[in-house]
Amino acid sequence: MQKANRAPRTLGSVLNRSGVAGYVFILPFIIGLIVFTVVPFFTSLYLAFTEYNVLSPAKWIGLDNFRRMFFEDRLFWTSFKVTFKFAMIQVPIKLAVSLGVALLLARTTRLTGLYRAVFYIPSLMGGSVAIALLWKQIFAYNGVFNQILGAIGLPSGTRWLGDPRTALGTLISLGVWQFGSSMLIFLAAIKNIPESYHEAAIVDGAGPVKRFFSITLPMLTPILFFNLVNQVIGAFQAFNSSYLITGGAPLNTTLYYGVHLYNRAFKHYEMGYGSAMAWFMLLIIAFFTALIFRSSSAWVYYESEGR
Amino acid sequence: MTDMVNIQQISGSVRFRRRFLRTVYHVFMLAVGFVMIYPLLWLVSSSFKPSGDIFTTASSLIPKTWTFEHYTVGWKGFGNYTFTTYFANSLMIAGISAIGMIFSSALVAFGFARIRFRGRQFWFVLMLITMMLPGQVMMIPRFVLFNNMGWVGTYLPMIAPSFFGSGFNIFLIMQFIRGIPRDMDEAATIDGCSWYAIFGRIILPLIVPSLVTVGVLTFMGSWEDFMGALLYLNKPSMYTVAYALKMFNDSSMSDYGATFAMSALSLIPILTIFFFFQKNLVEGISTQGLKG
Repeated sequence: MQKANRAPRTLGSVLNRSGVAGYVFILPFIIGLIVFTVVPFFTSLYLAFTEYNVLSPAKWIGLDNFRRMFFEDRLFWTSFKVTFKFAMIQVPIKLAVSLGVALLLARTTRLTGLYRAVFYIPSLMGGSVAIALLWKQIFAYNGVFNQILGAIGLPSGTRWLGDPRTALGTLISLGVWQFGSSMLIFLAAIKNIPESYHEAAIVDGAGPVKRFFSITLPMLTPILFFNLVNQVIGAFQAFNSSYLITGGAPLNTTLYYGVHLYNRAFKHYEMGYGSAMAWFMLLIIAFFTALIFRSSSAWVYYESEGR
Repeated sequence: MTDMVNIQQISGSVRFRRRFLRTVYHVFMLAVGFVMIYPLLWLVSSSFKPSGDIFTTASSLIPKTWTFEHYTVGWKGFGNYTFTTYFANSLMIAGISAIGMIFSSALVAFGFARIRFRGRQFWFVLMLITMMLPGQVMMIPRFVLFNNMGWVGTYLPMIAPSFFGSGFNIFLIMQFIRGIPRDMDEAATIDGCSWYAIFGRIILPLIVPSLVTVGVLTFMGSWEDFMGALLYLNKPSMYTVAYALKMFNDSSMSDYGATFAMSALSLIPILTIFFFFQKNLVEGISTQGLKG
């Protein structure tokens, strides 16, 4: 470093100064940030107050998009409620399942590798078109799910994707099926808990249930927190399963917010209205994320704070 | 004497109880595992059943009669293009994206992890913030941007962003670089190596495992990307496998067998990656938790 400073000011030596080299290395990120994030971010904010169909220039209409959203567009509220319900049901189930299975996998046996692979694979492909199309057939009226129900003597005449009472649940099942990646995150965290904590607790006579609630769960709260934030953000943005499997039907009971937004913006070319919807979604996600963050001090345990 | 017998009896029953619990555990895990993997097995099995059997023998996983017809019919695709075109398109897009992501993220990660420069903290925090930004907020303005640039109808909107790194991947590589002792850089600096030489000759070869992870994750994300194709591709000759599958399904509503066959094929790259890079994937996913 010192050597470089004393050297004559050639291009090479200038480029090698920390202050310059740092920016050379992170340049791709800065350009990408400005072009693909900052500019679109503010464009979107502007478009939210305009009428814009891509072909003719955007026309400023003030708060009209928001007025229409809140007071005229019934599907806006429908999709909002559907998405809210979807998030409120899917996130807790998925968290519970992934934590539960991670606990079961914490003890290593000869088959652990196999189990982990089998539980994890669905989360790799669950978002794909292939699986969405598959889900549609599995839960079809004459699909394999009904046939298995029939074979074991249960009522098998439900139109899972056609009945307003079951359609959303069927899509949630696809989401829960993909619990593998949050399971892996939990598993890594469980393995990080020092063995000595459990040993000490056993010496003190604590049983497995007591140990779970006094050691494992508190130690996992930071990861639980992380998974919760991630899954809430993800759930509010869900798109593929509704768009590909039900298209929002029946009776709009699976019309996700993202699908309604897409329809307005790209089927009807109401980019201004779509942007207003996107901003409302951003605020909602920010609100829930903030809520989780605010509440976290009450239930997330950070070891370094030594509580 | 009697005490000894008692102890033996007790330890015997404890051992029996342990073995019993272990059996219950494995039976339970295998059952859950079977349920988890069942949809995939059903997909593959249905793709080999004659059309008439798919729904009449739906609950049987082994086809009564085997047929490869769905694969040959399905592969012909629709319009004038076969799945050869779609697979080639997807491979190209995913491959280029992965390469772009590896290099850009490695550069940025090195800059953040090793070089102390003014503004470093500012940009780093900005990166963490953008990681939280929901993608759908960007959907419309990015479309408008790419439309103005004349990129709609090309692959550029699906490829170009990967050449500027992404928060998560940068973070993943940074974690890896932090594990490399700084003595190596310092020794190299004393020997007159520039930052660029340190990056290229010392750090880059050492972080290959994390680069593989980034490449594999990017490839899979791009392979499965439906939204990008839905927004930006308008010519059948350019369709990706993901998008072609959807269009194929719409155009051949009654030929489920062919859709199943093509669906199964579209998952092969994902499975292949899983079998060869399972360790990288698991590490990549587990690092996610470290962000918090």
